[in-house]
Amino acid sequence: MVQPSGCGVNDFALKIATVNGTGSASANSLLLQALFRMGIPVTGKNVFPSNIQGLPTWYEIRVNKDGYRARSPDFQLVVAVNPESYARDIESVTAGGWVVYDNTRELVDEFRRDDVTFIGVPLAKMCIEHVEGSRIRILMKNITYVGALVALLDIDMDVVKGMLEEKFAAKKHLIKSNFEAIARGHDYVKERFACPLPIRVEAMGANKGKVIVTGNSATALGCVYAGATVGAWYPITPATSVMDGFQEYCESFRVDPVTGKNNYAILQAEDELAAAGMVIGANWMGARAFTPTAGPGISLMSEFIGLAYYSEVPGVFIDVQRTGPSTGMPTRTQQGDLMLAAYASHGDTKHILLFPSDPRECFEFAVRAFDLAERFQTPVFLLSDLDIGMNDWVVDKLEWDDTFRPDRGKVLSAEDLAAAKNFYRYLDVDGDHITARSLPGTHPKGAYFTRGSGHDKYGRYTEDSDAYTEVMLRLRQKIDSAAEHVPAPDIRRAEVPTTLGLVSLGGCHWAVLEARDELAERGVHFDYMRVRGFPFGKAVEDFLAAHETVFVIEQNRDEQLKKLITIETSCPKEKLESVTYFGGQPLSKGHVLRGLAPHLEGKLMEVGS
Amino acid sequence: MSFIAKPVARHPKMPVNALGLTTRDYEGTMSTLCAGCGHDSVTAAIIQALWEMNIEPHRLAKLSGIGCSSKTPTYFAKTAHGFNSVHGRMPSIAAGANAANREVMYVGISGDGDSLSIGLGQFCHAIRRNVNMLYVLENNGVYGLTKGQFSASADIGSVSKGGTPNLQGPIDSVSLALTLGATFVARSFSGDKAQLVPILKAGLLHNGFAFIDVISPCVTFNDHKGSTKSYAHTREHMHEVVETDFVPLRAEIKADYAKGSTTAVTMHDGSVVRLRKVDEKFDPTDRRGVMDYIAECQSRGEIATGLLYLSEAGKDLHGFENTSDRPLVKIPYSELCPGSAALEELQKEWV
Repeated sequence: MVQPSGCGVNDFALKIATVNGTGSASANSLLLQALFRMGIPVTGKNVFPSNIQGLPTWYEIRVNKDGYRARSPDFQLVVAVNPESYARDIESVTAGGWVVYDNTRELVDEFRRDDVTFIGVPLAKMCIEHVEGSRIRILMKNITYVGALVALLDIDMDVVKGMLEEKFAAKKHLIKSNFEAIARGHDYVKERFACPLPIRVEAMGANKGKVIVTGNSATALGCVYAGATVGAWYPITPATSVMDGFQEYCESFRVDPVTGKNNYAILQAEDELAAAGMVIGANWMGARAFTPTAGPGISLMSEFIGLAYYSEVPGVFIDVQRTGPSTGMPTRTQQGDLMLAAYASHGDTKHILLFPSDPRECFEFAVRAFDLAERFQTPVFLLSDLDIGMNDWVVDKLEWDDTFRPDRGKVLSAEDLAAAKNFYRYLDVDGDHITARSLPGTHPKGAYFTRGSGHDKYGRYTEDSDAYTEVMLRLRQKIDSAAEHVPAPDIRRAEVPTTLGLVSLGGCHWAVLEARDELAERGVHFDYMRVRGFPFGKAVEDFLAAHETVFVIEQNRDEQLKKLITIETSCPKEKLESVTYFGGQPLSKGHVLRGLAPHLEGKLMEVGS
Repeated sequence: MSFIAKPVARHPKMPVNALGLTTRDYEGTMSTLCAGCGHDSVTAAIIQALWEMNIEPHRLAKLSGIGCSSKTPTYFAKTAHGFNSVHGRMPSIAAGANAANREVMYVGISGDGDSLSIGLGQFCHAIRRNVNMLYVLENNGVYGLTKGQFSASADIGSVSKGGTPNLQGPIDSVSLALTLGATFVARSFSGDKAQLVPILKAGLLHNGFAFIDVISPCVTFNDHKGSTKSYAHTREHMHEVVETDFVPLRAEIKADYAKGSTTAVTMHDGSVVRLRKVDEKFDPTDRRGVMDYIAECQSRGEIATGLLYLSEAGKDLHGFENTSDRPLVKIPYSELCPGSAALEELQKEWV
């Protein structure tokens, strides 16, 4: 029997409401890291505005002893530090919960609730009394609420102290001032309120072999490990930190110690069109090149993506999805680019897509994306999203196999070309639909014309129907053959045989897992398949065929994954049901349960029965 | 089909260059442009320049966008790699390619629609980035493949074939390139091969973005009376400001020029470009002076031609990026992958 979540030790969610641009991010990550170091399963979600300074921003922390990692919108505790958002922040606390607020100015009555406990801490007042300088005061105010939470939640003070010592190892005077601020918050609360609260933490051992990392950092590291040498990009939320990460890791690992010169190039393009062109140009020369972007960038790159598809130039396109259409909500998450990416560009095109569900898969799939792009000589999309890309995730430590060698696909060397009788760029000589390519500058026999205009299998310009058709048919077979090379679906069988299936992808995974467990406890069992790549392979077909009803859970309005399944598999449309949430927050268990509920009427046992 | 192979027969006594190649070896497929098209003359000048410079064709990459001009890379250096990309976006392909492999020599062919309308942004940024390439803009003032609409380089008052005058002001590629800080700026005429060939040769060796605007008349849509991009108009109004002599590395410098009238610029590889000033007032190393001079010519209805501005001092893309001297494509994977130990070490900061 499962306990209702959010009711006690190592099982609750809290939300910290601050003003963006005030340095609260470092206080919040300190908190997350402290919980991590106590060995407790923890998840952090940053809910931020498209703005640099002055607007409301939130940081959500979920602690869950069972390791559920999806966002939980049921906050037992809210730290309300931003008067502008007091009303909705206080509103968002679950009944019986707690509100920590800054009582330097007393709360007006209209914000009061009878069903929650208010814990006033004079954050601003204490900082004014003890800290000099307005900027430092603002920063210390954030650290002070961390101190209050240390007392209220029973966080290990020694852990916090150790982290401050590490963080400010180079600026020792800051250790003292930060720790004093924490102590002030801690002592104030401890003296006046019953500490800890019923929601509190206890050290566990759940984080052995785990690390805290964002998806974008992991993706960037994957690009480095894959051997990418050229990154081209145009700044865009939420993908910017991919290139920030690539630059950081390249500065660590890719600067020649003797010459001081870079074994990489990062080209900040004038727009996403140019970024795509640079990726294609570099790959054409034989470099591994990529671009990180978001949906608006993919829209702009679409013409070039068609060129790369048709002229068979590899390229890795990292789409950290955000809420569309148009500019949409740039700092909110969605899975709205599935259809766009699958068929980007005019004419008949289809692309290889990879769907990571967490930073660990971002790392692994980034490496695979380059291998697939070169093996199939085509654009490959890594479809991450804002939640995976920008939030801190606790994942198993990344691993690397030193025997790994990149799959460069069919690239002819100077010796191959010298020995060859003929070289025709688009001639399928071995029947696997993939033709050998040559790189410029290698050998005179390797010369050919890369073009987006009609060409025959010999690489010559053509306007001939049959010659054009032949190449187009081979391209279709080539992309279809990638289905068995993309990451296989993650399939989890129910404990009892069932005819019901769940299908989902990407960051939805964590909410689906949690909802599925809860439904199993209530007597409804689902087999579950998380697709991890496109085109869909046989395992996907088999799963769909083996279930009478399949619920497709995704984060967009238009049921894009369901549509892709309908178009690209033999699964009859009638047996697919859709569960969607597209409001911009990471998916939570409740979204899944509410979406499934109408289909499960009369089937669910009461909890505890 | 628009693909026409050329017969390979050649005269046994054709002269060969240092690589043992004749000019025929630098040709491509048969041109499918209209008879008399200026672009074919530019192609011929490129073939001549490549042959004279003993460039190994397979070390050359030819790139273009879309349009009549962008068809021409198929008409020269058939054993060089080519990339006929999308409209107005060739500069970004060239930038990415050059970033990846700095050893290959890059020649981009574009047109006035390709570079000054749809691709104006990429053209400007390739200059800013100083991508090491020869960039030839075959400028005819019209859209040929879509049958004669004015392009952004059409002069005010220039009349279309149907008799309509152009009302909007032109974008002058040469003035624009100078404004943006281009380090090699030239203007020439497809009908003047003697002027064009040495400029092309200097451009091929320039360390950075070598920009040559070649007025290249469209015989079908813009070669009539009233057009300011016709053969007749260009011949009548072109004003050669500097004569260019290209002296390749190791060649003996024989010509004797009058002192004070010549500027010698040493190229990246040690070759020398001598610019003989036809007009004493002109200084091809003074950017602001060149811009003023060109503006004055324009106000008189004259077209200033020659290698108008040259500086070998600027950093190219690799200079800005501090990229390895070894082409990135030649760095072995073992040097690119940090390995498991580094990953383990890095992750110590992630707990």
